[in-house]
Amino acid sequence: MHVKITINGKLYEADIEPRLLLTHFIRDNARLTGTHIGCETSICGACTVLANGLAVKSCTMFAVQADGANLVTIEGMAQDGNLHPLQEGFWEEHGLQCGYCTPGMIMCSHQVLSRNPSPSEQEIRSALGGNLCRCTGYQNIVKAVQWASRKLERAPRVAAGD
Amino acid sequence: MSPRFVGQALKRKEDPRLVSGTSTYVDDVVIPGMLHMAVTRSIHAHARIKRIDISKAQKLPGVVAIVMGDEVAANCGPVPSAGEIPDLKRAQKPLLAVGKVRFVGEPIAAVVAADRYVARDAADLIEVEYEPLPAVVNPESAMESSSPRLYDEFSDNIAFRSGFESGSTDEAFKNADVIVKERFKNQRLAPIAMEPRGTAANVQMPDNELVVWSSTQVPHLLRTQLALMVRVPENKVRVIAPEVGGGFGSKCDIYSEDGLVAYLARKIGRPVKWIESRCENIAATIHGRDQINDVELALQKDGTILGMRVKVTADLGAYFQLLTPIIPTLTGLLAPGCYKVPALKFDVVGVLTNKMATDAYRGAGRPEATYLVERIVDVAAQALKMDPAEIRRRNFPRPEEFPFKTSGGVVYDSANYEAALNLALERADYKGLRKKQAELRKQGKLMGIGLSSYVEICAMGPSVAMPAGGWESGNVRIEPTGKVTVLTGSSPHGQGQETSFAQIVADELGLTPDDVVVLHGDTARIPYGIGTFGSRATAVGGTAMLFAVRDLKEKLKKIAAHLLQTTPEKIDFVGGKLVVTGDSGRSINYTDVVSAAYMARNLPPGVEPGLDATRFYEPSNFTFPFGTHVCVVEIDGETGEPQITKYVAVDDCGNVINPLLVEGQVHGGLVQGIAQALHEEVVYDENGQLLTGSLMDYALPRAHDFPEFELDRTVTPSPVNPLGVKGVGEAGTIGSTPAVVNAIVDALSPFGITHIDMPVRSEKIWKVLKGRKAS
Repeated sequence: MHVKITINGKLYEADIEPRLLLTHFIRDNARLTGTHIGCETSICGACTVLANGLAVKSCTMFAVQADGANLVTIEGMAQDGNLHPLQEGFWEEHGLQCGYCTPGMIMCSHQVLSRNPSPSEQEIRSALGGNLCRCTGYQNIVKAVQWASRKLERAPRVAAGD
Repeated sequence: MSPRFVGQALKRKEDPRLVSGTSTYVDDVVIPGMLHMAVTRSIHAHARIKRIDISKAQKLPGVVAIVMGDEVAANCGPVPSAGEIPDLKRAQKPLLAVGKVRFVGEPIAAVVAADRYVARDAADLIEVEYEPLPAVVNPESAMESSSPRLYDEFSDNIAFRSGFESGSTDEAFKNADVIVKERFKNQRLAPIAMEPRGTAANVQMPDNELVVWSSTQVPHLLRTQLALMVRVPENKVRVIAPEVGGGFGSKCDIYSEDGLVAYLARKIGRPVKWIESRCENIAATIHGRDQINDVELALQKDGTILGMRVKVTADLGAYFQLLTPIIPTLTGLLAPGCYKVPALKFDVVGVLTNKMATDAYRGAGRPEATYLVERIVDVAAQALKMDPAEIRRRNFPRPEEFPFKTSGGVVYDSANYEAALNLALERADYKGLRKKQAELRKQGKLMGIGLSSYVEICAMGPSVAMPAGGWESGNVRIEPTGKVTVLTGSSPHGQGQETSFAQIVADELGLTPDDVVVLHGDTARIPYGIGTFGSRATAVGGTAMLFAVRDLKEKLKKIAAHLLQTTPEKIDFVGGKLVVTGDSGRSINYTDVVSAAYMARNLPPGVEPGLDATRFYEPSNFTFPFGTHVCVVEIDGETGEPQITKYVAVDDCGNVINPLLVEGQVHGGLVQGIAQALHEEVVYDENGQLLTGSLMDYALPRAHDFPEFELDRTVTPSPVNPLGVKGVGEAGTIGSTPAVVNAIVDALSPFGITHIDMPVRSEKIWKVLKGRKAS
């Protein structure tokens, strides 16, 4: 099947098998390998990307379902060489160790903050329930999101890639 | 001079590439012409393979090769395993099953195809005809003579028995006022690094070098063992550990798939990649723990411990991975915990069952020891009606008794256990908590306070105690421009040594961490090293690097002294200059001295050009971090749901290079240890079927399962290494599990409960509470 998928503002067109997972389209066809695969059952969230502004787990979505969609992946977060406040927050607060879950965490956190710019600690913890991290114990991930929340309050950016 | 960067919470140098998605993990490696491997695995726990039909798979367009057990066994050695235990029955694992399968998930055939989807399709089209055999699942019945056997060539399923006695436990138990006994199950766990395993291999022209990318904690060991396994000269093998997405011990191993990928890349003459799925990861990457501990403790009525007996039944699984039989023996070394136990009897039996192998999972034998001793001490306190803090305090060795030789046979380097206990109690407001508990109990509410005072064995380790060398290498190069390159044999996979090692070097040379680049994980670049496991990277690898940079400092001092016409002893490194102490007017730029070393026109007699030093550091002992954790749990009396409402961790890992990294290690360790207490368990049914085969069924902890942890530290430098560091990678995991279970048992103690096995899920508590009344 022929699909047209925009990723980080760039159009990718390809003839693909109907069963091709979106995550493989992103990684293999578009060669954007920042999106990771950690479980293949939608549990771990390492593959989270934004599809038309919503955080989705790209390992359980077919690429054909994303035909015509506008995706943002971790590679699309930084602009003009400047890290997105969420990326900065993870760096500032030591919100990552091995880094494998980090792109998914950041993309999910983006949705968290776009829905609620000043979430409480508990709200962040609940909202990240679909993303697993085995290294950090989550505490500094929560702090990272809080850091970004404070920075975005001072200088709001409405959407990823803005 | 006081350090400028060591001790500072510097942000990590690693992070920009990781937060921007530009790092390279194994699955991100793409080589033109690359093929993909998929594996056909056993669906039975124990069966004879009667026939394998590959005809349908072979016909699938895109399939390049299919290999099975006999071919691979004729061309490759088995999965390597270490362990020098007398009369050990070595359960060697061929890369692909030959004749028989012995666990669900065992590799039977490997398919190589043009893309990963076709490879998977073909692997699923391979038809295996099995003759199922009775599965051996329970390690205790596995030891009985009537049990089915895993191996026809072995007389029974008992892989080894081992043990020791120090002091006389008979005497201790005869003289005891009180004896307490309990049986503790330390359940089977899956390490679940977020990046599953993966290996890619390519025979690179023009030299026919076998280049292997692997998600490993031990690149050099993998190189040596792969060379032996697939029969290639070691100097024709290069292993690269690119970005590694966590390990927790599971990547401190050599696996069937590593050998298969290397063998197939050579056989086909094209690059081959294999990436593990999560289901494969849970079935066929090593598991951890899985011990039954029968523990008896003999005490005086004042709480003084006289002796201890520990029997360990370790479920090893079907085959040995690298350290499978060694892990449960480590439990004996640490069985006394941080207490004076004058007499100790330790017996361990390792049993073969139809399951995946157990091996080193974060803590590796020490969490089991800490759990059993911290639980039995609480059982004793309950029996003696003593405060759990008091019974611990009474049995600690005093700070002046260190180095302290234990009945477990090791020498603890340095500690002040009581200081850590006191700080933890103070931080948690222990007295206030007990008061609150008494009030809540009057209202019929269930609240428990659990303590865990732990010590652990880190900085692995002296080579005499290690199966393949316990030293580490460090190479430091000062480049002609003055920039510094460090090559370390440590192979971090999330720990942050690119930052902490740069802090150490920067302070030594009067530079900034930005002047230092730390490289690791490529055997073509890095001198032979041991790798990262057993909380050893900074204590052992950091020390090797420190020695190397100090060699270079001596050389720079000699050159500077020569140029400044003074003596080397008077030269100091300050802010990019080499200055003559006591003569502030006289100095020379660091870069000028470096330049002089390379220009080599005016060197002092006997000093060679260049600035490059390699050291191999052999530690004289392990290090022994310690601490006390306090956990507060509230239990819903209706549902049995336990909720951690407070968690205080006081850890002492000696000197701290970067507190940010230390706290991160503790946080992560706590969550893994708490999750063992509350959630995680690998479950096989009575037929050896894996019931927890995906993350839908294996309960990993999530962010909302935890309160904010309160961390604090005492600092007792280790005398073993010049950095004074002890290691912190496993402390959180080791200390936390018993603190949680002790808290739950404390909450349930009014119901006469003295123990409840892990994982302590709400269902288990609910069953215990049902029909019981609080006393």
